[in-house]
Amino acid sequence: MNQNQTSRPPMGGGPMGHGPRGMMIPGAKARDFKGTLQKTIRFMRSSVPVILLAFVLAIGSVILTLNIPKVLGNATDEIMVGLMKRNVYDTIMDTQEAMEQLGKALAAIPPQRMAALAQDENATLGTLMEQGLLPEDALQGLDESLRQTLSALPLSQMSQMEKGGQNTSFATIGDYLASMEDGQSIIENIPPQYQDELLTTSLQSRPGIDQEAVGHIIMVLIVLILLGAILGYLQNFLMSGVAQKVSYQLRDQINKKMNRLPLSFYDKTTHGETLSLISNDVDTVSTTLNQSLTQMITAITTLLGVLVMMFSISGWMTLTSLITLPLSFLIISLVVRRSQRHFRAQQEYLGHVNGHIEEMYSGHNVVRLFNGEERSRETFHQMNKKLYAAGWRSQFLSGMMQPVLSFVSNLGYVAVCVLGGYLTIQGRITIGDIQSFIQYVRRFNQPVMQSAQIMNTLQSTVAAAERVFTFLEQPEEADDGKAKLPAEGVRGDVTFDHVDFGYTPEKTIIHDFSTHVKDGQRIAIVGPTGAGKTTIVKLLMHFYELNSGRILLDGVDIKDLPRGVLRSQIGMVLQDTWLFNGTIRDNIRYGRLDATDEEVEKAARMACADHFIRTLPGGYDFVLNEEASNVSHGQKQLLTIARAILADPAVLILDEATSSVDTRTEVLIQQAMNRLMQGRTSFIIAHRLSTIRDADRILVLREGDIVEQGTHEELLEKGGFYANLYNSQFEPTEEAV
Amino acid sequence: MLKLLKYLKRYAGWMLLAFALLFGQAMAELALPDYMSSLVSQGVAVGDMGYVLQKGAIMLLIALASAVCAILVGLLAARIGSGVARDLRGQVFDKVTSFSNPEFDRFSVSSLITRSTNDITQIQMFCTVMIRLVFYAPIMGVGGILRAQAKSSNMPGMTATIAVSILVMLLLIGTLMAIVIPRFKKAQKLLDRLNLVSRERLSGLLVIRAFGTEGYEEERFDNANRDLTKNHLFVNRTISLMMPVMTMVMNGVSLAVVWIASLTAFNIADVGNMMAFMQYAIQIIMSFMMIALVFVILPRASVSANRICEILESPVDIKNPENPQMLPLHKPCPVTFDHVSFRYPGAPGDVLTDISFTANPGETTAFIGSTGSGKTTLISLIPRLYDVSEGKVTIGGTDVRNLNLHHLHELISFVPQKGVLFSGTIQSNIRYGAPDISQEQVEKAAGIAQATEFIQEKPKGYEDPVAQGGSNVSGGQKQRLSIARALAKQAPVLIFDDSFSALDFKTDAALRRALAQETKDRTTLIVAQRVSTIMNAHQIIVLEDGKIVGKGTHKELLKTCKVYEEIARSQLSEEEIAQ
Repeated sequence: MNQNQTSRPPMGGGPMGHGPRGMMIPGAKARDFKGTLQKTIRFMRSSVPVILLAFVLAIGSVILTLNIPKVLGNATDEIMVGLMKRNVYDTIMDTQEAMEQLGKALAAIPPQRMAALAQDENATLGTLMEQGLLPEDALQGLDESLRQTLSALPLSQMSQMEKGGQNTSFATIGDYLASMEDGQSIIENIPPQYQDELLTTSLQSRPGIDQEAVGHIIMVLIVLILLGAILGYLQNFLMSGVAQKVSYQLRDQINKKMNRLPLSFYDKTTHGETLSLISNDVDTVSTTLNQSLTQMITAITTLLGVLVMMFSISGWMTLTSLITLPLSFLIISLVVRRSQRHFRAQQEYLGHVNGHIEEMYSGHNVVRLFNGEERSRETFHQMNKKLYAAGWRSQFLSGMMQPVLSFVSNLGYVAVCVLGGYLTIQGRITIGDIQSFIQYVRRFNQPVMQSAQIMNTLQSTVAAAERVFTFLEQPEEADDGKAKLPAEGVRGDVTFDHVDFGYTPEKTIIHDFSTHVKDGQRIAIVGPTGAGKTTIVKLLMHFYELNSGRILLDGVDIKDLPRGVLRSQIGMVLQDTWLFNGTIRDNIRYGRLDATDEEVEKAARMACADHFIRTLPGGYDFVLNEEASNVSHGQKQLLTIARAILADPAVLILDEATSSVDTRTEVLIQQAMNRLMQGRTSFIIAHRLSTIRDADRILVLREGDIVEQGTHEELLEKGGFYANLYNSQFEPTEEAV
Repeated sequence: MLKLLKYLKRYAGWMLLAFALLFGQAMAELALPDYMSSLVSQGVAVGDMGYVLQKGAIMLLIALASAVCAILVGLLAARIGSGVARDLRGQVFDKVTSFSNPEFDRFSVSSLITRSTNDITQIQMFCTVMIRLVFYAPIMGVGGILRAQAKSSNMPGMTATIAVSILVMLLLIGTLMAIVIPRFKKAQKLLDRLNLVSRERLSGLLVIRAFGTEGYEEERFDNANRDLTKNHLFVNRTISLMMPVMTMVMNGVSLAVVWIASLTAFNIADVGNMMAFMQYAIQIIMSFMMIALVFVILPRASVSANRICEILESPVDIKNPENPQMLPLHKPCPVTFDHVSFRYPGAPGDVLTDISFTANPGETTAFIGSTGSGKTTLISLIPRLYDVSEGKVTIGGTDVRNLNLHHLHELISFVPQKGVLFSGTIQSNIRYGAPDISQEQVEKAAGIAQATEFIQEKPKGYEDPVAQGGSNVSGGQKQRLSIARALAKQAPVLIFDDSFSALDFKTDAALRRALAQETKDRTTLIVAQRVSTIMNAHQIIVLEDGKIVGKGTHKELLKTCKVYEEIARSQLSEEEIAQ
């Protein structure tokens, strides 16, 4: 199991969220999607109210946030109207002032010249200027069109205008425009949605942006923004709580379940698989609850909300921008389909490349010694090339999604601008509407993409949840028995009575095995590697259920005993020493958790371990590292012996070392083991001939089955499998090797 | 980090192109709000539909140009990222292949594997992200600021708003990161802790149940679980502040822009400008956010880069000689150690001190001694897995350092302690050292190695697949196949490094018997644990603490060597010793 697979940071792919992965991974699918989903919901029952509350908060937050562009649009409108009013007012005022100036200038012309010119039908204001009667800049301050009209005006009509041009004050812009000849056409040119506001504007003072109204809108905005953020955060806060609670509970259930599962389960399942449940699968579920679920709520609410808001502004514009939606979907599905192929290829080649690296690095000595470097390099570069080809294609295609979709979104954007412009000119909507609409369009595409992504995550999450639930639903060990052992203490008398057993129901490996071991006897278990020497031991400990027959301890069927009681009577020292990351003291105390420090040290002394412990820095408080590699193998064995001594069992199970530890420790281990075996029934998985020959009985195993039993001499005489085994070992070879 | 730039050199052209395209994309993206602004103020406000349509068409073209640029950049980024990864991976692999034991010891295998896989993936990701963001974000940021400035020339305070909001945002991101990053590291530790506890639970299943300490274990797990949950909760809750706060800042900017416009705008064109400005502001803030993110991932990538550089720049200790000598391949080859001492690079003490002996062709030389006495180190000096610190090792009379490594390895058949197999078939594994031998020779080697029986039981016999690392073959079978592999090679020197202990006594004995026929003119060296394996060797060398404490036959050593006697007594009975 690779460390990097089992442990990874809590956030998906680091701060960027998604690396080369992202939405492209065709997540492993669950076998029973619906059922697992229901189970998950049932598991989270107690969190449902909180989740509902989070839903409500999410909806609230989205609604508040969605209103922001619209209200912002209102503020823009307010500014727009204010500016228009002031514009019109200024124009009116400028015109009036200019007309006044013009009147004054005209009045300054000597009347006889004026009268003379008035006779000429073609004479205009322009003629006056040409003849130097009017200053060149007399018409300045008027707007262009008015200036042209005026300079082309025949002087014959001038007198009438002079009268009409007398400064009369108007109450509103509307009044003013109404008094003008072409006023109506001007009014028609004003966008209708602004007409009322504009026409009723008073001319008594210079109008401008209504600061009070804007201020009011801004206050509303501040409230919306703050509330939206607070609700949004509260929602996140609650969902994190739920996610962590659920993953805590899942791990907790796994934790408890691990102890209740029969050993046969672990025979079928690798440690890696179980570990992966705890770290990866639970993590996946938790991340989904924390992020994807919230995202999904927000995405759906946002989608609906945006639609409502968009429709409330303009149905036509909404429809226009919706046209882009199927286009987006089409593109997503096209790109996904194409890139998945390359993505799979990339994953496959990456697997090959990494596999080759792992294999070659771990076997580097063999590669070197057998001159395999060139071949290895060649293979590697072939694989690397393929990986590159698949890799860039896959990445390119998945990277293409973003710009293509953003182009589609821009398409909608431009369409909205054009249509919006048209509708505004038509007077159906305001400029503020366009502004807010554009912001909604921008927000519309995001949840669409998110949903596609979430559906994928959901797939792999349910698959992960399914693995967890499958684990939690595994059949547990049969219930504990209720029988009691004699109060005066256990002697250690063991009987196997017609025992039939197989790890799988199809294959029985122990056939009708019977033997009686009197208390204090030594039993050696021998056989070639892989013959299943530990099976007997495991049966005695009630790790497995028998197919038929009984095992009795002091006459009581072990099936009827509570497992804890039975196992507390049996001590075990395996070759595969198991020590955990903790102090030496804690590791020894593991034999009896309520032992005092003195008892621990006494046990260590009896196990000949005290001496070396004292030479370690910190002595008994020396901390064993994760692999317990900071003490030697032999020392580890001494510690496990000390542990068994502390437990003080009636029956012992010992596994002799095959791998040689250094000679002196070896002697210590033998001494310690002998001391441990004194007065106890012992089962020894034996490798040393001396042990085998000193045993009261030898059980000979072959392929799991007990093929012979008896003493050393008896078995040798019999000339069977044991004799063969024994002789082959010490058969002198013809030539020395 | 910078050292890796030279690997980017060959992509300089592509990078420049990508840069130009990104510039184009940024300009296009920045132009869009501009056009919208004029579309509003000169088209919509005046009621000029023709103008609206014309600008709309231009906007579409610009959007298209932007998309095309982005897609091309994506293409370049993917090719550069994958290309850099391919180049680095290739270089690292080639380099590591040229490493020998001292380098492997220095780096450790698992670290080398991570460096060649994960670290390179990190760099690849960083390259892709860098091209997309590191170039793009600043262009967008600067361009946005310039344009925003132009739009707001008569509305003072607008640019200041952006500056303030960027400051606020960077401050927020900075604070959040400062709070969260140490917790992230802690989370990793806590997760490791949980994994460790679980792993111990699983590996100690039997012991836990035997001692009835299930409750104790549940508590240990629960403590780890609680700590992890608490830390995760804190991290997640802090991190989830980010999004609402970001939204708040963005909305706040829009709000501030509108507010300032309401105070300062004085003609209708300003409204269009204001709308454009709002979008620029968002773009600018976004680009700064991305730059901030780059700074978050930069340290990770730079750690990876350094780890890769360490490999690439590491000197290789064991090299081919400048003027290599050649030895005949099929002639008997004695192996001699001449006052050899060895210490690991950087270690204070010698592992081997003043070792001298000769192993003759046709004879078996065995090494015995407790763990850590230096047996394995001693024999690994012959094929130059390590080089001697003092003295010399000769093979066929020539110092091993004067031979080409390839040639030296042709002279030696080596069976390592751990049966290492490679993925392929049983056949391909046996042939690994001698690809050109006949099927008969393959089968003969398998026969001597006592592998025939189990190979024939396999569904496809010699063609049966071997999984990566030989995981579908049992320990004893692996060992036998690795012996067959060494025998198939037919080299004059045969070395077994403790290769028999995974075999049961019976197979061990049969193998040795078959081997005896085979090794007539070969120089055989055996490292062993069991006295019974080597009792009959011509020469037994007893090692303790890196020194030779006894040399001779079994019988001689029993009399002369205390250490040997001790070992023998711990393993054999009186009669067996006397045999």
